[in-house]
Amino acid sequence: MKTITDPAKTENAVAAELGIRLYRQMVRIRLFEEQVNELYTRALMPGLAHLYIGEEAVAVGICEALKNTDYVTSTHRGHGHCLAKGATPDRMFAELLGKEAGYCRGKGGSMHIADPATGNLGANAIVGGSAGIATGAALTAKRLKTDQVAACFFGEGALGQGVLYEVMNLAALYKLPVIYVCENNLYTEYTHFSETTAGDILARGTAFGVYAESVDGQDVRAVHAVAQKLVSRARKGDGPSLLLCNTYRYTGHHVGDINREYYRSKQEEQEWKTKRDPIKNMGEWLASQKLADASVLQKLENEVREEMKIAVEFAIAAPYPGVEEVDQDVYA
Amino acid sequence: MPETALRELTFAQAVREALAEEMRRDPRVCIFGEDVAEAGTPFKVLSGLVEEFGSERVLDTPISEAGFTGMGVGAAMTGLRPVVDIMFGDFLTLTMDQLVNQAAKVHYMSGGTWKVPMVLRTTLGATRRSAAQHSQSLHAWLCHVPGLKVAMPSTPYDAKGLLKTAIRDDNPVIFFEDKMMYKQKGAVPAEEYTIPFGLADVKREGEDITLVATSSMVEVALGAANLLEGIGISAEVIDPRTMWPLDEKTLVESAKKTSRAIVIDEGYGRYGVTGEIASVIAEGAFFNLEAPVKRMGAMHVPIPFSPPLEDVTVPTEQTVFEAARALCGKA
Repeated sequence: MKTITDPAKTENAVAAELGIRLYRQMVRIRLFEEQVNELYTRALMPGLAHLYIGEEAVAVGICEALKNTDYVTSTHRGHGHCLAKGATPDRMFAELLGKEAGYCRGKGGSMHIADPATGNLGANAIVGGSAGIATGAALTAKRLKTDQVAACFFGEGALGQGVLYEVMNLAALYKLPVIYVCENNLYTEYTHFSETTAGDILARGTAFGVYAESVDGQDVRAVHAVAQKLVSRARKGDGPSLLLCNTYRYTGHHVGDINREYYRSKQEEQEWKTKRDPIKNMGEWLASQKLADASVLQKLENEVREEMKIAVEFAIAAPYPGVEEVDQDVYA
Repeated sequence: MPETALRELTFAQAVREALAEEMRRDPRVCIFGEDVAEAGTPFKVLSGLVEEFGSERVLDTPISEAGFTGMGVGAAMTGLRPVVDIMFGDFLTLTMDQLVNQAAKVHYMSGGTWKVPMVLRTTLGATRRSAAQHSQSLHAWLCHVPGLKVAMPSTPYDAKGLLKTAIRDDNPVIFFEDKMMYKQKGAVPAEEYTIPFGLADVKREGEDITLVATSSMVEVALGAANLLEGIGISAEVIDPRTMWPLDEKTLVESAKKTSRAIVIDEGYGRYGVTGEIASVIAEGAFFNLEAPVKRMGAMHVPIPFSPPLEDVTVPTEQTVFEAARALCGKA
């Protein structure tokens, strides 16, 4: 007997699969970051932690439009990019704790995770510091005709760095396959971006002939859709683009930034969390489209919670690197 | 000796030949910088390369030193072997984040997973009447940073051999060329050769005093050695050739043999290369030294424009001769 495929149903299945994947990746980042907060609060994590909570839709929407072999560069607030690009939480936590099993053998830490296997050229603790690297990766892709693209994540704080505009000009001149992803989470550390950023952000790209548009960074489907368009543009040889993602940092600049009322109100934070939460809104959308019901999403969340718990346990139990490693890998 | 070994090239030709050979050998090698293509740089060091290798591999950039140096770092990490051209060493100030915070640290910070096989060629040296922003010798800044290597050739032969090594190195290498030296000629064999890093070259053997000299100061030291010979002082002239890695052994052994040493470098004397090398010698040869190790570098002033002022800012044959004579007790 011949099976007749219902095209609508297939489309539905594809949408469900993608939607749930986007949702799961966002939940993974959120729960990863909650564990980071916990580790930090329990004084198990040395140094600083800059949480990505609230901005998950940006990393996920972009990275889900990239191939494993495509490149990303990331920021001091980079755990989300790293996970979204395919890193595993156990080795990430290990890196955050300075352990040998970490992605950088503990030498990089939270702000410097890099992973060649997933095309992650590294998080960067100099604001705007990776703009040149991403542009160079795109130059290689074009020169060697590898069909790769590079996504350069940076916060709106990097809009104040001159090197960003130097490389946008270069990328436009050479038509490089690079996407500059500006995550405007509204706060440059402790200062509202309107106090640091004059004029029109998108115009800063278009002035160089860099294609530019903005997107609701809390809507993972919207980010993903526009990312697919920009990635395809880059792969076709149509050159660089600037994507402005309007988003919000739920927590402080870093974990220790607790009392924030001198620069923003609790009411503002509450409004973003209740009305514009990317995970909550995506969950509601999945339910409304009958792609996943509450029990499916709850099950998913439980799975991720377990994944993070195991990963944290792994990292806590993992050994530190031997002191003899301190002067290894200074030179290749 | 084959006939080709007698061939003479200028310093600029030696640099160009090293680049051309490496670009022929390895398609990943490429050049970018300001006016590197048709113009061949203001010093005409790169003339002819764009004609052979095309404008994709010899890429003209805007005047954006930070931008294209950063692009070099990313390109190096992902499969190219860029040779970034920074026209004047003074412009290194504009590239510092890319070199110091990015290129130098990528390998270490990534736990040894990413590499940055990039060369940055630039210039040093005063007395070209170019004033304070085109005359500095800032190599000590880069020597200070773990993760970078620093090469400073003083002859056409060394320039070619060291540059080929730099291009094949998997680390970021900063390559300083004395812009006053580009037209200087020297023997360069046509046969393939490279010069390993961390190997000093004894440019002249001697018994009474060691003159450690770098880059532009090697000629100065050799000139001083000739003058010293006239008064019966035999000077050994050693060029470390790479500031990092540094051939400490050869420097210390020479100082032990001669018992006196002067270190001459065109960078600023204070907190500079001369201080580091003098310290290496003092620590390694202390019990063989007859006199304190002397340092001679650029005066601690911005390089002035006016020729008589500029000329006194850097060591000369005469000042090195006098310092050596005094150190040998023949003042």
